[in-house]
Amino acid sequence: MLDTLHDSAAALLNFEMMSRYGWRLVDGIWITTQVVTLSVTLGFLIAFLVCRARMSRNRMLSGAAISYITFFRGTPLLCQLYLVYYGAGEIRPLLTNLGVWWLFREAFVCCVFAFSLNTAAYQAEIMRGALSSVPKGQVEAAAALGLSQFRISRHVIWPQAFIVALRPFGNELIAMIKSSALAAIVTLLDLMGETRFIFARTFDFLIYVYAAIIYLVIVEIIRRVWGLIERSCSRHLIVATGETQSRGQDEGRICRAGRHGLSHGGAPQGQRA
Amino acid sequence: MNWFSLLFGSEGWGSLLLEGAVVTILLAVTTVPFGFGAGLALAVLKLSPNRVVRGLCEAFTTFFRGTPDLLSLFIVYYGLQALIDRVSKLIGLSSPIELNAFVAGVIALSVVAAAYSSEVWVSALKAVPKGQHEAAHSLGLDAKKTFLFILMPQLVRIALPGLGNIWMVLLKDTSLISTLAVIDLLRAASEASKNTTRPILFYSAAAAIYLVFSILSGVLQSRLERRANRGFA
Repeated sequence: MLDTLHDSAAALLNFEMMSRYGWRLVDGIWITTQVVTLSVTLGFLIAFLVCRARMSRNRMLSGAAISYITFFRGTPLLCQLYLVYYGAGEIRPLLTNLGVWWLFREAFVCCVFAFSLNTAAYQAEIMRGALSSVPKGQVEAAAALGLSQFRISRHVIWPQAFIVALRPFGNELIAMIKSSALAAIVTLLDLMGETRFIFARTFDFLIYVYAAIIYLVIVEIIRRVWGLIERSCSRHLIVATGETQSRGQDEGRICRAGRHGLSHGGAPQGQRA
Repeated sequence: MNWFSLLFGSEGWGSLLLEGAVVTILLAVTTVPFGFGAGLALAVLKLSPNRVVRGLCEAFTTFFRGTPDLLSLFIVYYGLQALIDRVSKLIGLSSPIELNAFVAGVIALSVVAAAYSSEVWVSALKAVPKGQHEAAHSLGLDAKKTFLFILMPQLVRIALPGLGNIWMVLLKDTSLISTLAVIDLLRAASEASKNTTRPILFYSAAAAIYLVFSILSGVLQSRLERRANRGFA
């Protein structure tokens, strides 16, 4: 009995494992950070183009954008990742001719490529939702004041859309952090990859729990920071009476679940009141 | 070989892909009652007056919503296996019980789905006015009947959009099970592409099948929502 107790205490805090492999986790966090930052940034740029195409009056363009969005939101990210990672190997001669094989040889680049395309589809829909939430009268009023097309976008539409888009963007960032764990499956040593590596060496199941806690902490930090950003950006919208203010703070929260919050229709968590 | 005979020929891989697709659908469909059911139970517990119960349920949800689905699946899958090994050793079984991979997959997916859906259920539970309970009570309905005939129909209507989203995520999350020992659609595509060195063809085929599932789910979801809302303008 005492033996079992001692064993479980040792198993619960495996210091030996952590002193030996702890730095690997730190390296993993760094890789995860790089993958997510690059993917979300590149994804934003692609999403901007996709969103423009989606909202354009040209049927061909908007149709292409709709297909893009449907494909990337309707198929598993892992499938897309395999398509890029193994597909790049299949068309290696072509890629070599184009002079980009040295890029697609790296699992890191394949991951960033697949993740960017994927998150772009989600971000494009967020942008479209935010842009179309700006009342038409705002544009008309700005036009009546003689503002140029660029100024209408820059000073009237985007600032208002930005506030609406902020929370879904935060959710998308969180979703991307969680999705980035898939990179481990194509041999990248991100946080998940290092965790799997350590598990393969130690067979200590605990390492998965440690990794989960690290992800949880990262997600929680982003959620809090995002809540602060959102509150400071929408402070002019919060009425300063006691009750309403506390409700306003509550609404300022973004949800942990990422994409589950981005619902159409009546699901309350992702919607602005 | 050209792509057509690779997929549909007598030596082709189409049948394996189809079998995988069936496994994918089975995984997702089997998970729904367990996952959503457990989610509802969690939601009810989260609204309980007992602080300890509430805290535990919140912690469970926070944990599984904040960690990557892949990691959650690993934790449940390997954790379950470790637990079974421990227990069978304790009772003194000579041969360890192997957990069926499909069952383990369903359990793992259910845990994740329960964590996600409990949030949807909570907001749905909160959205049903208190007067409904009181009216049911004054009509003499017991707790079970109130839940079944008064609460449930309203809950489903409110929760449907959220649950539909989780279903979509669930459908795509089944692909993560392919990294364990289940031959689902994605795993079938992997096997096919390893044997033929045509990954683009087979992963595209798999993606197409997933896409069909997603689009059909979307259509079904809007039908269900329309049906659930038929009493409302």
